[in-house]
Amino acid sequence: MSGGNTFLGMPAFPRNAAAAVQDSQLRFNLRKATHTIRGKRASVVAELPDWAELRAAGKEIKDHTLRNLERYLLQMEEAVTAAGGHVHWAADAEEANRIVADLVKATGETSVVKVKSMATQEIGLNEALQAEGITAYETDLAELIVQLGDDWPSHILVPAIHRNRSEIREIFHDKMADWGRAAPEGLTDEPRALADAARLHLRERFLSTKVAVSGANFMIAETGTLVVLESEGNGRMCLTLPETLISVVGIEKLLPSWRDLEVFLQLLPRSSTGERMNPYTSTWTGAVEGQEFHLVLLDNGRTQVLADEVGRQALRCIRCSACLNVCPVYERAGGHAYGSVYPGPIGAILTPQLRGMGSALDASLPYASTLCGACFEACPVAIDIPEVLVHLRGKARHPRTERLGMRAAGWVFNRPARLARAQRLGGRFRRFVPGRLPGPLSAWTDTRDIPDIPAESFRDWWNRTDGGAR
Amino acid sequence: MRVALFITCVNDTLFPGTGQAVVTLLRRLGCDVEFPRAQTCCGQMHVNTGYPEEGTRLARHFVDVFAGYDAVVAPSGSCAAMVREQYPRLARATTPSFAGEVAEMVPKVHDLSEFLVDVLGVTDVGAYFPHRVTYHPTCHSLRGLHLGDRPTRLLEQVRGLELVPLPGAEECCGFGGTFAVKNPAISAAMCGDKVRNVTSTGAEVLCAADNSCLMHIGGTLTRQRAGVRIMHLAEILATTEATR
Repeated sequence: MSGGNTFLGMPAFPRNAAAAVQDSQLRFNLRKATHTIRGKRASVVAELPDWAELRAAGKEIKDHTLRNLERYLLQMEEAVTAAGGHVHWAADAEEANRIVADLVKATGETSVVKVKSMATQEIGLNEALQAEGITAYETDLAELIVQLGDDWPSHILVPAIHRNRSEIREIFHDKMADWGRAAPEGLTDEPRALADAARLHLRERFLSTKVAVSGANFMIAETGTLVVLESEGNGRMCLTLPETLISVVGIEKLLPSWRDLEVFLQLLPRSSTGERMNPYTSTWTGAVEGQEFHLVLLDNGRTQVLADEVGRQALRCIRCSACLNVCPVYERAGGHAYGSVYPGPIGAILTPQLRGMGSALDASLPYASTLCGACFEACPVAIDIPEVLVHLRGKARHPRTERLGMRAAGWVFNRPARLARAQRLGGRFRRFVPGRLPGPLSAWTDTRDIPDIPAESFRDWWNRTDGGAR
Repeated sequence: MRVALFITCVNDTLFPGTGQAVVTLLRRLGCDVEFPRAQTCCGQMHVNTGYPEEGTRLARHFVDVFAGYDAVVAPSGSCAAMVREQYPRLARATTPSFAGEVAEMVPKVHDLSEFLVDVLGVTDVGAYFPHRVTYHPTCHSLRGLHLGDRPTRLLEQVRGLELVPLPGAEECCGFGGTFAVKNPAISAAMCGDKVRNVTSTGAEVLCAADNSCLMHIGGTLTRQRAGVRIMHLAEILATTEATR
């Protein structure tokens, strides 16, 4: 995965998270938001007696598609072309950004409206367009908040989850005028007032912009149809009003047929927003007369992920963010700590696979989890995130002191006699163990006591008493 | 039935009392408990920290040591889950013969509460413990082994024991093995919330089926002088009116 260069040089996850956890406003906002969505999801999922079957079907459909990706991609290309659209293939972020910029330039326009899209964030499209003199306007309410606040999204579904309504009022009041229609006089932090301000601001944009850029939640190979799920209607405006529509979609978003979509239209809304049915579901196939449609199929590291037998299950992801909302680490670290547009548990397995583990940040991501398993349980396509985390840890580079410690522990555990000797040594010097440990282990004793070391290990007790018989 | 006790390295080294309690309890219930002396560690720390080769070596050792027994009982949900969930994955990367040995081993390995309820078929183990207790289910017991209400069914049958529900019980305590030192800030924040929930119950004792999680929560409880004791499930179940 290239693009999103803003994250380059960020410190490793533990440092980012340690800073974030000190921010009490952030922790309050995150806790409140994640627990609300978590509760909603749990209750609408519990309503369905066939949830386990739906989940299994979702997993199977995705796995089947990924196994036959080449065939379905070619079928998709053929169907889109037959329906009057144009298909472009982008190996990486740079190529995708170049294609989109050239397409926009060919229209003679200098601005585009955007439907919320993870793929375009992944490749850093807005920044790339800016460098070419093209302004990209986000139209999703939360993305608007992030864009106006010169901020980064911190959640896949609710990118401004780290902001509360009084912070949003401030951003609207201070920044809207720089981007278009100013916020109304006397703007309050009532949700309705904030939504009205955004609506008025965006309406002008929708009616005056001739090019739109979107992603897609699904692509249906049999008919060449794209599907976008959203809940504000901004997507519908962007997908229908402009003369030119450019959609940048990851190659793993394919489904073979409309029948398969049925499963995902049940899985996705319940897992993401905790709704039974998605409010605005737009589908389109090719282009109608007077309009132009371009599909940019994005690889950007995906085929490399597909080559990993354990890691490839991450490509089943439908970006619902249920895993973020149940993750105790995400809840306390926030999304920015992950240094990627994909935060939380899914980000911890997706980012290191797409970008590699070359940087300190990316190598630290597989360790940003206690392996508690809440993410796997919530995942609607059964991605075993803890399994992939452990798999990636096995491929990561380890610090020298840790390597030595692990080797020493392995040496002790390899022979029961060595373990017994080590235990006796610990027992003999137990009174000299300090309350505060040195080196990396001080991380334990900074907030926790260490347990008292017993005078006698279990095995020595067993041997001495013959299992308690003497 | 030949029952082997898999004590686990953490209990063996730091919590021998838990192992003694398991022995007392299982003997009281009529089991012939053996302690295979060659046992060391299941390899979970190595595997979960990213050292699969060392972990696989320890897995092979575990399978060699315990192969001859009808049942292997571990007073740790996490170590039992390690064998059940991760050994088959590790074995897949080795030889078909080892994969076969693991497949044979897996169904014989039980967490203590699972062994009591499912294999021995008891929930009333004749224990007496007149205290207010709250129970933390621990992640690997809950989501790895799917122990469900087995531990609390056992506790509910203990005479004199008042079981109080723990708010946010299903949330991780933040231990996560080496996570506790690799991500100390988040680990401590998670544990702080867990401890707040524990003290809010007014319980005298926090009980769990895993001493690693208890060591983490307990270390924070004593540092904060919270006045709540930690006890492994086995230690409560082993207590009777005669032994108190």
